Amino acid sequence: MNPWVLALAAIAGAVVLGVVIAGWVRGRARMGTEGQMATYRTLHIASLAAPALRAGLTESAAQRSVKHLRNLLGVQALAITDDFSTLAWDGVGDKQREVAATHARAALDSGSAVVLSAVQAREVSEMLRSGIAAPLTSEDVVVGALVAYSDESAGPALMRAVEEVATFTSGQLDLAELDRTRARSAEAEVRVLRAQISPHFIFNSLTAIASFVRTDPDRARDLLLDFAEFTRYSFRSHGRYTALAEELRSVEQYLLLEQARFGDRLQVKLRVDPEVLSVRIPFLCIQPLVENAVRHGLEERDTPGTISITAVERGPDCWISVEDDGVGNEPGVIRRSLSGEPGDHVGLANVDERLRQAFGDEHGLVVETAPMAGTKVTMRIPKFAEAVTDE
Amino acid sequence: MNVLAAAAIALTALVTIGLAAYSSRLARTTGDFYVASRSVPAWWNASAISGEYLSAASFLGVAGLIMAGGADAVWFPVGYAVGYVLLLALVAAPLRRSGAYTLPDFCEARLRSTGVRLIASALVVLIGWLYVLPQLQGAGLALHTLLGAPVWLGGVLVSVTVLIVIVGGGMRSVTLVQGFQYWLKVVAIMLPVLFLLAAWRADASPSAVSSSAPVFDDRTTVSVENHIAVTVDQPLVLEAAGTVDNQRVDGALTWQAGTHELAAGTTLTFPAGAPVPHLSSLPVLDGQAWSQPLQGGQEHALYRTFALMFALFLGTMGLPHVLVRFYTNPDGRAARKTALTVIALVGLFYLAPSVYGMLGRLYTPELLLTGRTDAVVLLLPQALVGGTAGQWLTALVAAGAAAAFLATATGLTVTVAGVLSQDIVGRKIDDPIVSFRVAAAAAVIVPLLLGLVADTLPLARAVSLAFAVAAATFSPLLLLGIWWRRLTDVGAATGLLVGGVAATVAIVVSTVLPDVNGWPAALLSQPAAWAMPLALATMVIVSRRTAHRITPGVDRIMIRLHTPEAVGVQRTWIARGER
Repeated sequence: MNPWVLALAAIAGAVVLGVVIAGWVRGRARMGTEGQMATYRTLHIASLAAPALRAGLTESAAQRSVKHLRNLLGVQALAITDDFSTLAWDGVGDKQREVAATHARAALDSGSAVVLSAVQAREVSEMLRSGIAAPLTSEDVVVGALVAYSDESAGPALMRAVEEVATFTSGQLDLAELDRTRARSAEAEVRVLRAQISPHFIFNSLTAIASFVRTDPDRARDLLLDFAEFTRYSFRSHGRYTALAEELRSVEQYLLLEQARFGDRLQVKLRVDPEVLSVRIPFLCIQPLVENAVRHGLEERDTPGTISITAVERGPDCWISVEDDGVGNEPGVIRRSLSGEPGDHVGLANVDERLRQAFGDEHGLVVETAPMAGTKVTMRIPKFAEAVTDE
Repeated sequence: MNVLAAAAIALTALVTIGLAAYSSRLARTTGDFYVASRSVPAWWNASAISGEYLSAASFLGVAGLIMAGGADAVWFPVGYAVGYVLLLALVAAPLRRSGAYTLPDFCEARLRSTGVRLIASALVVLIGWLYVLPQLQGAGLALHTLLGAPVWLGGVLVSVTVLIVIVGGGMRSVTLVQGFQYWLKVVAIMLPVLFLLAAWRADASPSAVSSSAPVFDDRTTVSVENHIAVTVDQPLVLEAAGTVDNQRVDGALTWQAGTHELAAGTTLTFPAGAPVPHLSSLPVLDGQAWSQPLQGGQEHALYRTFALMFALFLGTMGLPHVLVRFYTNPDGRAARKTALTVIALVGLFYLAPSVYGMLGRLYTPELLLTGRTDAVVLLLPQALVGGTAGQWLTALVAAGAAAAFLATATGLTVTVAGVLSQDIVGRKIDDPIVSFRVAAAAAVIVPLLLGLVADTLPLARAVSLAFAVAAATFSPLLLLGIWWRRLTDVGAATGLLVGGVAATVAIVVSTVLPDVNGWPAALLSQPAAWAMPLALATMVIVSRRTAHRITPGVDRIMIRLHTPEAVGVQRTWIARGER
């Protein structure tokens, strides 16, 4: 290898590294007037504190944001407390952190900001001369307090600043509550989905199994076991995510039961790359799509219908699609039901919502359909997503 | 022009493209469902990892290095295999349990930092390019040696094949393709060994160990293709046609001891029994020195050997294309089983190159003159067995070589493209398919262009540079990330940068300034032994200094990495741990 080549390779590598780091750093330092810079700095510090707070008022969230909030206020010490103990402390007097919880008492009880006495401030550190405690609220309930200590006497400016930062923090806590509510409602929807294994399906399956009891007792037994396995999986109570392989096993049982009913009219094609079997996906996110495909692809006609399920590896992503060659639908109808209007495709909207929640908005369902042209539903799942491994 | 060999190479390429487009796992009845959705058995996954791992450097390069360098070069195959022992013991299972697909993913999972993730992405791209380059050169060498094609053609053909595979739908069944290529490579290198050893026995088993330095057994004609300088120890009478020492020559010639320059296109004819003049950069070793360690005539051979061991043992765990294959394992236990099997499979393969190296000194010694020792595997069957059998065996090793550079080049390109599309191209292009294709093109075209303007470093040596960078960056990151809870994002980022810059600069300086001697030369050309500890120390010291930045929730992460899935405590612990 010629030296220049290696030099070039190294330069190329350095350029990539440079571009990456520049892209990362960009936006941190951009020139402007003093005022613009100050605004930018303030907003930037606030934006640094915000993401951690979106987890709610927990110890780790408080610890991650307290430094930024103190920067924002420019005070010597800042404590974040919940309603009875100090969660996080930044600045001088770390040893005295527990005292902040007692200083916050008045603010917690009255629900408005309180000026501390100089004596109280000196309990924390000799150098401090004043302190202000402001309550933090979440959905109008006081859940904690910010306690700021300064080495200057407390003026109305500092008072207002602490109040404003407390309001900002409370806003983030409200958003956190909103996130939690959304997560809870999605969880509730999963529970509904589970409970919603359609009565028709149970009835149809049991009738189909009954029809085999005399003619083919072995098959009837197998089908009953499939039925048992399928319900056990669908009713399991733990975990929002599951391995693709597990979900596919449940889909297999579901299809076996449907085939017992439809016989040769239901054709199935399955193509799964073994490389993506261990990808983690939201629990029950394929089965509803398959159920939809059976319902819309098959039930409304007499000729045989085919359902294709594929899961392929594509770089860092896994693409899963469920396709039927049935009657199809007006794209507008699907669009409306995806945007939340009640209708025939509840399962679809629910899966879409949960995918977006787990992997981000660019990972929603893609539906390709037209009247009489079948329907294909595709999702793109990243092989690695922090939200998923976190659980 | 060897038609059989050409057909074998073309067939291997076509099978690769064909298998990539074909999916083995199409189930049409629900009865097949079970088979279609079952995970790959560990031994087959191990075959796939080995298939992706055994590159042109292993198939062609190791034998060439052993032929020229003797016992010291045996550390190459040993090191390539031993890397997996460390990977098995320290990394395989926790990495799988982290849920990470690529190394940048691991940074994000363990350190929760986008900054470290981006640095890791850049390093993956750098290591990938360094590693693809010798694959393309290996392809050029093979096509040139066997078919007389221009040297650049092989690299271009490999790049085109790789791009067809990726743009035409990706590696549909990458595990199938790579597993197949492993077994093809094993057969292609092992079967000829049996024939070669039989022919060697029939030739009264001449010894490469007890003999003097290599000699031409018969009257031999060698044509020189590049401008080279060769060294002779004693006066030598030969015939030459072309330009020698800047003078036109056509006929008999006597060389005094010393260095002689040969212009491209010169033909030399040596009488039987003449000692083989060596390329100036290669040591002249008699059988004794060749077979003993640390006799290879290099300065500070002991340091170089240990530094090489460092690079190969620790570098393996940082190879991006190897690690992504572990994701196919369903859990940590399966990942360990796979790594264990890889050691056996790779070890089996590496039995062969030493035999080629040894026989090469006896039957194709002219390669020591031209310096193209990387071609020994391709040329030995014809030189030693000859005839029709020789042609078929040549075709077989040609197919194996093609499998080697294709498998590694596709594996690396897919990995580098994945990382590029996720962290760099994907930020500019929204459509994930388009961004993946653009990234794949970038992943293969950059090393191709570099390769077109490049001379050749021995293949196995070029690959060991990629190992050195991996050892100086990702190995400390993985070791500390998995086994030390106090690693911080700042510490990891600084360590990665320090290790990466140190190793890269050392490699560049050592190749740009070939005249450096003594300790500086040894330290620069084998940087892993100091760069890896340097990066490790940086990570530890900076992490201690930035102790307040320990990853939030690190205990949960550690529990997830180290608890076997079967134990099932993770879920309850984690549920209790937070909120």
